[in-house]
Amino acid sequence: MAAWRVFRPVMWLVPTIAGFFVLFLGGCPGPRQAVATDDAASRVYVPPGQYDEFYAFISGGFSGQVTVYGLPSGRLFKIIPVFSVHPENGYGYTPETQPLLMTSHGFIPWDDSHHPELSQTDGIPDGRWLFVNGTNTPRVARVDLRTFETVEIIETPNSAGNHASPFVTQNTEYVVAATRFSVPVPQKDVPIASYQQNFKGTLSFIKVDPKTGRMELAFQILVPGYNYDLSHAGKGPSHGWAFFTAYNTERAHTLLEVNASQRDKDFIAAVNWKKAEEYIAQGKYREIPTEYYHNVYDERKHMATSRVYTKVKVLIPSECPGLIYYLPTPKSPHGVDVDPSGEYIVAGGKLATVIPVHSFSKMLKAIENREFDTIIDGIPVLKYDAVLAGEVKNPGLGPLHTEFDGKGYAYTSHFVSSEVVKWKLGTWEIVDRIPTYYSLGHIMIPGGDSRKPWGKYLVAMNKITKDRYLPTGPELVQSAQLIDISGDKMKLLLDFPTLGEPHYAQGIAADILMKNSLKVYPLEENEHPHAIKSVEQARVERKGNEVHVYMAAVRSHFRPDNIEGLQVGDKVYFHVTNLEQDWDLPHGFTIMGATTAEILIMPGQTKTLVWEPKKPGVYPFYCTDFCSALHQEMQGYARVSPRGTNVPLSYGTGQ
Amino acid sequence: MRPSARVLALVSVLALGLLYVLPLWRITLKAPQYPEGVVMYIWLHKLSGQVDLISGLNHYIGMRPIRQEDFPEFLIMPWLIAGLMATGLAAVALNKRWALGLWVVLFALVIAIGLADFYRWGYEYGHNLDPRAPIKVPGMSYQPPLIGHKQLLNFTAYSYPDAGGLVAFAAFLLGATVFGTECVRARRQSLPCIERRPQVPSVA
Repeated sequence: MAAWRVFRPVMWLVPTIAGFFVLFLGGCPGPRQAVATDDAASRVYVPPGQYDEFYAFISGGFSGQVTVYGLPSGRLFKIIPVFSVHPENGYGYTPETQPLLMTSHGFIPWDDSHHPELSQTDGIPDGRWLFVNGTNTPRVARVDLRTFETVEIIETPNSAGNHASPFVTQNTEYVVAATRFSVPVPQKDVPIASYQQNFKGTLSFIKVDPKTGRMELAFQILVPGYNYDLSHAGKGPSHGWAFFTAYNTERAHTLLEVNASQRDKDFIAAVNWKKAEEYIAQGKYREIPTEYYHNVYDERKHMATSRVYTKVKVLIPSECPGLIYYLPTPKSPHGVDVDPSGEYIVAGGKLATVIPVHSFSKMLKAIENREFDTIIDGIPVLKYDAVLAGEVKNPGLGPLHTEFDGKGYAYTSHFVSSEVVKWKLGTWEIVDRIPTYYSLGHIMIPGGDSRKPWGKYLVAMNKITKDRYLPTGPELVQSAQLIDISGDKMKLLLDFPTLGEPHYAQGIAADILMKNSLKVYPLEENEHPHAIKSVEQARVERKGNEVHVYMAAVRSHFRPDNIEGLQVGDKVYFHVTNLEQDWDLPHGFTIMGATTAEILIMPGQTKTLVWEPKKPGVYPFYCTDFCSALHQEMQGYARVSPRGTNVPLSYGTGQ
Repeated sequence: MRPSARVLALVSVLALGLLYVLPLWRITLKAPQYPEGVVMYIWLHKLSGQVDLISGLNHYIGMRPIRQEDFPEFLIMPWLIAGLMATGLAAVALNKRWALGLWVVLFALVIAIGLADFYRWGYEYGHNLDPRAPIKVPGMSYQPPLIGHKQLLNFTAYSYPDAGGLVAFAAFLLGATVFGTECVRARRQSLPCIERRPQVPSVA
């Protein structure tokens, strides 16, 4: 929980404030308890067989995955494996999916997934794709929302701690990816103490193909060596701009909790990406050598492939006037959120005592009038008063993230005081607050970071659960909370457990996705090189010590289900095609002693399990997904003989 | 025949053209696991719908896979309907009650033969089961109903005419009604329903 570390500097406030109450108010106040409203049970109850109103995609933080929930029920529907291997279905274990997890550092079975982001059209979630960042080894993944599967992962070079990512522009022209850690660019062996000279940040712009969703690293902007933390793109009038928070403008490289908390104001970086496109078109970029992977899963071939790129286009702000400006922002800002109108840019200064709100129109005016405090590496720093729209005074402690309800209100999470604060855009007055349990990070209103929020529910994602659930030893459940925001007062409706750290989420009306959800992969479109289209094509072929089993799975048998003539030292590829074209009919496959995960094969799909038998014997295999009344009969045997045996290769079913 | 009767008879004949683009019959299977239903459509010239899925399910009870090429009917039926349309057009052209009457009888025969053939196939598939089938229920056969619905183990089988079938029935009813009303009208004029042979067609 990176955010936890971020808050350590101010955690002393908690006992101090508690002490204040004890000392000065005389006596121990009971903990604030937001009791769920009387009708909460009926508000979150989705009767059996009925559907939830919203999909929620919640990242798993350190789990590396994305989980799919229904709202308002909080029921878990699916884990989408993204950056972590998933033995439950073979993701990251099969030759088909392993290329997805390839990086310039080799195969990585894990990452830290922080921010899911739905693709948008005209600033409104369109339900086509979900992007999510890998923080540790900088990557951006794309999930296809027809299949709810990861179909693409692109690495961002010259980056470390890909935290300000992957936020989309209004029509998903770009997803952005900014580096939290500044590092030497390009990477080289230098003393850490040479941070000030050698370390740089990058803001990456990944272009998204409007038809296929295919990503391509368009360009990077080389920026001073601060920590770039979060981002959101402009919308409506501010379309064409992207905003990034920057803390550690002190450029500390050690003991950041102190050394990066010295300045009263850090920055929001405002990037004119349309201008960047002009500079790229004019050739005003430098091409620098690097190495990064781009992995794409072909939904017809049911297989991913990797491609390595060795160059990236980089824009240098001092060579590109008008490209980027800094907006002074108190203090160590974390979240940056743009309201539905596109005019207000809200910062969550985690050490600040106010929530500063910048005005986009004032920013344009300040740029026009050159109201600059100073210029850093070619980046003008605008005057705070010239860009400020207003400040929300005394909101709470540790303001982090803001979402919007589309009715003129903003909701800001406060980590230290563990509450959601509702305030009015324009007047900046606080109208309501509600505690959460405990210490929330992000909040999510379906569509709450878009131009048209569905302002009905708010999900608070907590970092601590303590006494909220039955204890499970030192490692406790992670949790989110559902809050009703349809009325004047926020009402707590539901606590629900999540898998991994519920870091950030996106929500969308269910009907937008439901109608596009794929039921089966059409068998006739299966272009997997080892697919078979009917049981007649089932066969076993030997190529040296490689044996390829072209296997069919269909209720309720495998074909072939008896295989002889395998030898110790063989590498056996079970290419299993699920011939079913029936909804909700996966088959599973595994074999005794396989030192890999099982595979779950969806109808019409082909997946491969690689098995290297080490001892002679007869090895059973079976279907692992309860497919039918005769599922328990869906099994077979593979006979392994010593190397050089005269047992001929043979196979069959039902003889 | 009155011009209006001729037009309606022509409509009845031409409506049969729709049978080439609409499925005749629909068999739907519903089960606890298949609340959305599994559907097979029978056309003049083909099967469509989830035929392979139904065959896959049927293998548990030892039923033969349903394969379009096993039915010679799909080669014959388009021509049969074409013949029916040709004779219908001839009847309208002749403008004789007897000709229309003959055509209505022919149409009825085609429907009766079709339904009988459908019943025969249903019987065949439902009774001739593989003795090595995994699921054997003593005394149980799996013939779908000719029309209506029937519980077959966990499945309820619904057998009903689809759009094409309904068009065919409607066309038949229209043709028969036209013929009937023309007969009644002839009787009112004290004419025989079926024109006598020696009567020379009036040259009008």
